Amino acid sequence: MSAQPASTAVSQLEPVIGLEIHVQLNTRTKMFCACPLAFGGEPNTRICPVCLGLPGALPVPNAEALHFGLMIALAFACEVAPRAIFHRKNYFYPDLPKGYQISQYDEPLARNGRLGDVRIHRVHLEEDAAKLVHASSSGRIHGSEASIVDFNRGGTPLVEIVTEPDLRSPEQAAEFGRLLQATLRRLGVSDVNMEEGSLRIDANVSVRPRGSEQLGTKTELKNLNSFRFLERGLAAEIERQRALLQAGEQVVQETLHFDPRSGSLTAMRSKEEAHDYRYFPEPDLVPVVPTEEMLARARQAIPELPLERAERFERELGLAPQLARMLAYRFELGDFFEQALAAADGVDARALANWTTNELAARLGERDPQETALTPAALASLVAMVQQRRVSAAAAKELLDRLVEEGGEPERLVSELGLELAEADELEAIVERAIRENEDAVAKIRGGKVQAIGAIVGAVMRATQGRADGAEVQRLVRAKLGL
Amino acid sequence: MIDRDQVLHVARLARLRLSDEEVERFTRELGTILEHVERIQQLDLEEVPPTSHVVALENVLRPDEPGPCLEREVVLAQAPDAAEGGFRVPSPGAS
Amino acid sequence: MTAIVDLDAHGLIEALRRRELAPRELFETYRARCERDPLGAFLWVAEEARPIDPGAPLAGVPLAVKDIFCIEGVPTTAASRILEGYVPPYTATVVSLLEAAGAPTLGKTNMDEFAMGSSNENSAFGPVRNPWDRERVPGGSSGGSAAAVAAGLAPWAIGTDTGGSIRQPAALCGVVGLKPTYGACSRHGMIAFASSLDQAGPIARNVRDCALLLRHMVGRDPADATSVGLPEEVRIPQADRLDGTRLGVVVELMGEGIQPGVRACVERALAVAEELGATVEEVRLPHAPYAISAYYVIAPAEASANLARYDGVRYGLRVDAPDLTAMYEATRATGFGAEVKRRIMLGTYALSSGYYDAYYATAQRVRTKIVEDFKEAFSRVDLIVAPTSPTVAFRLGEKLADPLAMYLSDVCTVPMSLAGIPAISIPAGLAEGLPVGLQIAGPAFSENRILEAAYALEQALAFSGVPRPLAEVAT
Repeated sequence: MSAQPASTAVSQLEPVIGLEIHVQLNTRTKMFCACPLAFGGEPNTRICPVCLGLPGALPVPNAEALHFGLMIALAFACEVAPRAIFHRKNYFYPDLPKGYQISQYDEPLARNGRLGDVRIHRVHLEEDAAKLVHASSSGRIHGSEASIVDFNRGGTPLVEIVTEPDLRSPEQAAEFGRLLQATLRRLGVSDVNMEEGSLRIDANVSVRPRGSEQLGTKTELKNLNSFRFLERGLAAEIERQRALLQAGEQVVQETLHFDPRSGSLTAMRSKEEAHDYRYFPEPDLVPVVPTEEMLARARQAIPELPLERAERFERELGLAPQLARMLAYRFELGDFFEQALAAADGVDARALANWTTNELAARLGERDPQETALTPAALASLVAMVQQRRVSAAAAKELLDRLVEEGGEPERLVSELGLELAEADELEAIVERAIRENEDAVAKIRGGKVQAIGAIVGAVMRATQGRADGAEVQRLVRAKLGL
Repeated sequence: MIDRDQVLHVARLARLRLSDEEVERFTRELGTILEHVERIQQLDLEEVPPTSHVVALENVLRPDEPGPCLEREVVLAQAPDAAEGGFRVPSPGAS
Repeated sequence: MTAIVDLDAHGLIEALRRRELAPRELFETYRARCERDPLGAFLWVAEEARPIDPGAPLAGVPLAVKDIFCIEGVPTTAASRILEGYVPPYTATVVSLLEAAGAPTLGKTNMDEFAMGSSNENSAFGPVRNPWDRERVPGGSSGGSAAAVAAGLAPWAIGTDTGGSIRQPAALCGVVGLKPTYGACSRHGMIAFASSLDQAGPIARNVRDCALLLRHMVGRDPADATSVGLPEEVRIPQADRLDGTRLGVVVELMGEGIQPGVRACVERALAVAEELGATVEEVRLPHAPYAISAYYVIAPAEASANLARYDGVRYGLRVDAPDLTAMYEATRATGFGAEVKRRIMLGTYALSSGYYDAYYATAQRVRTKIVEDFKEAFSRVDLIVAPTSPTVAFRLGEKLADPLAMYLSDVCTVPMSLAGIPAISIPAGLAEGLPVGLQIAGPAFSENRILEAAYALEQALAFSGVPRPLAEVAT
């Protein structure tokens, strides 16, 4: 194989990714007016002079949105601005009732933070746009397509988070996105639902020769409304950029729309004039100067965050990183796990963690474990019984089904249902009987077809109605047959 | 100073369709006005901070408590083209 | 009994309290006069008064409201074609306060479109004529309010002042107009021109009426994040002396460009002030000559954003077109008048990429210098005196072809606007048979002090508060 010049070798072109994240805050009211927030509903029913941009209406910022913004800024270890101001970002679009968006520009709420390995460039507050929906029955105007504007969403408080271009692969970007989502969810400041749009992630991506400090020309990817799409979209775009450069062509700076169905990227219609937002300080608002009191209140409202919790689980409980993360990212699962751990003496943390993230999580779906009939103590006692080999794993899983749906106390249920693991004497007798009754299988085994042992093990399991431990049965059968 | 192309560019940014006569007139008038305005560029203002507001206020915030909304029918009665419970416009993508 | 229209608001309240006059009769008298409005001062006249609490302090004295204030259920256009037929679903705080205080809305007054202008010729619904000479302008942008008060079509009125829009028409019409400290009155429901400068204020026949109206307009409003109210209640001035008051006459606003007749009136007023016990000295506002330049960057810049909402989507005019951009451009081209377009263009340019620093940022720095100039001046004097307008009322059409000349007619009022400080204009005499306004300005929140000085001067100057045209309209 002939060596390619380093600059064009595909494997030598490293992706550089930064994310721009919009988070809808779950305050009770909008950013600059008292209209209530809700998802869905009849169009244009949560509107007032302010969020409709009626003549003479004035914005007044929501104190809770600022509080949430400060919580996010502090959770990401940002430097909070001593003085932040709002700007007007001017452009025309039907979803923007005033002809400008109130946002923050050169004096944002916070800068220079970090989440995990990724540096946070800035965090700022702004208002969301309204929703444009394709007109249905009433169809067209002058033979052209028509849209309907619904201002219910218009003015929802948004926090925009911009990362530094610190991510180096689509997988890493998606993993960071999950951490970010888990962190915001733990803060309780947003529903962080990507499908409903309360968490929206755009990605900036470029490629450059490995080892280079310079950034290549970047493109912006939009409509990445799940982590899977984020990963797929980035992978596709990185491939496209690598191919361009390898062919000696240039990457053009543009915004691309990801189509999850075809997996393709299409350039969004470029505006006829260059973007010129004519930012200037919003004269209807006064500066935000975070006081010590505001900062203290925000600090106090921050619980243990997923990253810290995962580290603690690894350090204190010896959980594997992946397992620790699974518990920490789904904080309601982590809380349940910790309560279970505290409820029972001597239960093995790793076993409990495994049961929580595998068996329990599978039975929950989207539910919070606290919403089920299962108590943390019951989970702990169930896992302890498995460890003490008092019930088989299979029986325990069956029990868990029942505990989740109907509740109850595992110790009592086990004896009521006669699910105790078969005693050694009893099991030995059953195994011997199974060998006697499966002569065919024994003959096959003797003939070298060792896998025929399955028939005998199966017979034992049936006879014990799941009260036997599969591995133990295997061991006993093999011993009896002298294998 | 401002030329014809800049006038056209600015009119585009401001979403104003200008007639040829207006383009010509605004180029002239804005030129005269800007010439007067540009006197401020001769002042030594390097160390001077900008004033965007004269009120000495900060942290004027609103408690997060829902208030009344407008009746949709009242609002839509003012709309040039109300349809499907909303404000109908030509689709941004259409042309 | 004196004819109803000859009574000032204080007189009317007294007559109402003594039951010599019924609120309905009062309202109907003015309503009938407005119906015969020969000046183009009104755009809308109320059919009847909204119910007023009989014990309310303003007792039912009707109020003319500049058509820039939204009133629920009442057409509100800001004199623009783009808002023709618009009926707001809510009421401006200032109007609500005044109605609660007992001043029912008599009608909506004509103005320059979106308050942009100094002559009231920029109204989409025709100009307002000056009651002293109908071939002349009443000033602007609150020209309808000032003309209505001067002609006895309303006992008093409210207007808005961004760069002189209350004071200059008050001066040109021979009435009293006050621009309060920025933030004294709520801007909620007041259609925005330049948000960091706009202030509502009273226009009345005399200083005491002006004070009374102001008292019921001011206050911090939770719906306006930039409102503060006033630190003390507005008092009705009584003193007729000015002992110990240090007045500063602004050198930069008494020189070139000021009509000799105007200057003479101001000088006479200063001499009268000294007789009343005031001391007069010269003060300098070195950056005042740059105020017009800074103002005509800042105000249009803010206006370019404030007027972006008129896009034909939610209310007001729409001119149909096959695509969205064409709809925007056709709607705005048709809906806005020439002056509004000019300022939108100017402001958009000043904010656009590559020009922001040279224009907008520089203008804001000039604004800082002007604030400092006033601070320095107020360390030496209590109040500042200057002409309100460099000229008396000019002829209709005289400055229409020359926008810069029109802008320069704001030269005396714009510095105070940029600094956000209060200023009053009172009639100081006649020049060429037309009223001349004297402007008195003070530090932020010095409204009471300004009103006291204005009242003492008003008494001593003994300007005929009721203009001649009143008789013509009365029949």
